[in-house]
Amino acid sequence: MPDLEKFRAETRAWLEANCPESMRQPARSSEEYYWGGRNGKFASEDQKIWFERMLEKRWIAPHWPSEYGGGGLSKDENKILLEEMRRLGCRPPHTNFGITMLGPVLLKYGSEEQKREHIPKILRGEIRWCQGYSEPGAGSDLAGLSCKAEPDGDDYIINGQKIWTSYAEKADWIFNLVRTDTTVQKQKGISFVLIDMATPGVSTRPIKLISGNSPFCETFFDNVRVPKSNLLGKENEGWTYAKYLLSHEREMISGIGDQGVTKTLGELAVERIGKQDGKLADSVLRPEIAKLEMNALAFQLTVERAKDQAKAGQGLGDVASMFKYYGTELNKNRHELIISVAGMEGLVWEGEEYNEGYTARTWLRTKGNSIEGGTSEIQLNVIAKRVLGLPS
Amino acid sequence: MALVLNEEQNLLQQTARSFVQGKAPVEALRKLRDERDETGFSRELWKEMTDLGWAGVAVPEEYGGFELGYVGLGLILEECGRMLTASPLVSTVLLGATAVALGGSEEQKNSILPAIIGGEQILTLALDETPHHAPTKISMTAEKSAEGFVLNGKKEFVMDGHVADKFIVAARTSGKSGEEKGISLFLVDADNPGVAAERLSMVDSRNAAKVTFKNVKVSSGALLGELDKGFPLLEKVMDIGRIGLAAEMLGMAQEAFQRTLEYLKERKQFGVLIGSFQALQHRAVVMFCEIELCKSMVLKALSAIDEKDEKNLPILASATKAKMGETLKLVSNEAIQMFAGIGMTDEHEIGFFLKRARVAQQIFGDQSYHLDRFASLNGY
Repeated sequence: MPDLEKFRAETRAWLEANCPESMRQPARSSEEYYWGGRNGKFASEDQKIWFERMLEKRWIAPHWPSEYGGGGLSKDENKILLEEMRRLGCRPPHTNFGITMLGPVLLKYGSEEQKREHIPKILRGEIRWCQGYSEPGAGSDLAGLSCKAEPDGDDYIINGQKIWTSYAEKADWIFNLVRTDTTVQKQKGISFVLIDMATPGVSTRPIKLISGNSPFCETFFDNVRVPKSNLLGKENEGWTYAKYLLSHEREMISGIGDQGVTKTLGELAVERIGKQDGKLADSVLRPEIAKLEMNALAFQLTVERAKDQAKAGQGLGDVASMFKYYGTELNKNRHELIISVAGMEGLVWEGEEYNEGYTARTWLRTKGNSIEGGTSEIQLNVIAKRVLGLPS
Repeated sequence: MALVLNEEQNLLQQTARSFVQGKAPVEALRKLRDERDETGFSRELWKEMTDLGWAGVAVPEEYGGFELGYVGLGLILEECGRMLTASPLVSTVLLGATAVALGGSEEQKNSILPAIIGGEQILTLALDETPHHAPTKISMTAEKSAEGFVLNGKKEFVMDGHVADKFIVAARTSGKSGEEKGISLFLVDADNPGVAAERLSMVDSRNAAKVTFKNVKVSSGALLGELDKGFPLLEKVMDIGRIGLAAEMLGMAQEAFQRTLEYLKERKQFGVLIGSFQALQHRAVVMFCEIELCKSMVLKALSAIDEKDEKNLPILASATKAKMGETLKLVSNEAIQMFAGIGMTDEHEIGFFLKRARVAQQIFGDQSYHLDRFASLNGY
């Protein structure tokens, strides 16, 4: 495939010429990514340059259709671009749940008007999105949600509460699951609504996590008036769209361990613990690390195989749930081992010398990986039912 | 190569599946065991398999092979694994033909490969001397003589050892046990005076033998590859063997899992199907995921052989053998537990999978061996 090889060479050259050096270092916190939004600020001049160059190149969402501002790349080209970005260590130029979560749903189920309205704003970083899914009473049982939308003329009036809304206090719009029918089976009375968070009646409150950080919020809706034109797809069919989005979210979370990994666990261990007789000095930790790296390799190859099979038109089944389950358990395990390798240093909470407890805080944060986007147990249920066909 | 089978490979797999399931199901292995068959496999079946061209699948065309590569051979091994089919496919083709094709002189290749492809010769690798795989721990000697070499020593657990026509023997021409240097490979005919094979009865009802070599004289033309420098060749043959064996194990794991899953959907207790219990569902899904991971590794490793990816082959071979071993251990144990009482009976076939699983795990190194090697290859 000479065309693809040419594309790879050009891509590599362009990235090398255009990605600032500091944007090739792994980000140490979510603030080091550019999230866009009405109040979005660039953390550095390099970040701004990187974002603007990628925007101009139309590589903010490289594989989205070009008519809405995407890059229009084929799957193969997109894969090459991502590979080349990873090779150089390029950070994503723009992180936004509008890109990773809402975008695919909007492109598939949104009206032409909605696509033209929202997608360019997402790409240009003008609007930062957040996700209104979980509720205090609807976690694993997501379809049991009760935040309600009642019709009032051309509008809906929304009342209720969402929880675990990531970065809601910084977001401009929320894609929100609401109940529009209480008389039918729970999955059949849900709608998917897009809400401007500047609308009167929307408020948020951050939740402090065990990591000491507050990436999640509670979001409250108190008689919030939303035009019916903000309904995505059809009323009461939101569960279909919600599940489609979840599969993208799960895929995103499953790849979470890939970010900012510059050293292998084995290298890190040798650096911290040293060797004896040519082998890692901790003879109990050594096979544990080997097992983790073996599984990580197997997992990475399976992601590759799923992509290759999808390209060849042969599905692997409900891969999103499998990847979500396996990838997050793997990442939790990896961070447990990082803590073991780092010893007491890995458990420091504050202090500049210790990167403000980055190792410990990251480890604590990973505990949420197998909870958010559907717990590991929910993924196992989904696979048991949909893939293995086991009876309920 | 993309990690997906092409049309030709799909067809080969289908052919292999219907052949093996029709001609050599698990029942056939039971029959060989119960009748205490002297050969340990069916020669008629082997004839049919070689007639299908299976012994030449991975052999270059110039020596009469079909160049479908190791991905092709892996698919056949996988299907044989599903039915626990006993045949000299691993000893003769995966190991024997590979060793000769990689390390043989033109003369050796021209005389041996066509004989393997035609099903006329059974070859095997006589390597380990202890109950654990330890390819450098070789004490067996080959001393230079006027006509060639004189071999003395003992080999343990040689696959198909009592029926092999020819052995590929790893012996020491210099150095001492534990060293890589000083190991040389020799082609030794079974009817050579001084060669004696004693058949062992193994838990998996497959062939293994203790082979002794007492003052066995071979010509200098029996040397396979370079003198004293046989280890790199041996290691490559073993890596290919490990990956091929992992393909067989993948077939076993899939079949044992599929049978268990079907049982969960038909066995009733407390008035409901036991497959409706979450405790069993989650364990079934864990097995499913592990098997999916193994499929990717086996396919990637087989492709790496065909692509001559020398750099990654050792790491991939160890990772694949270790991962496959771990998964097969899990699946074979869970299968017995989920079949429960009936799974403990000799009458039920699931026990055969457990027994073959453990032997296959040991051959060419178990999980401990390969995790250790994987760590060392990765620098820790």
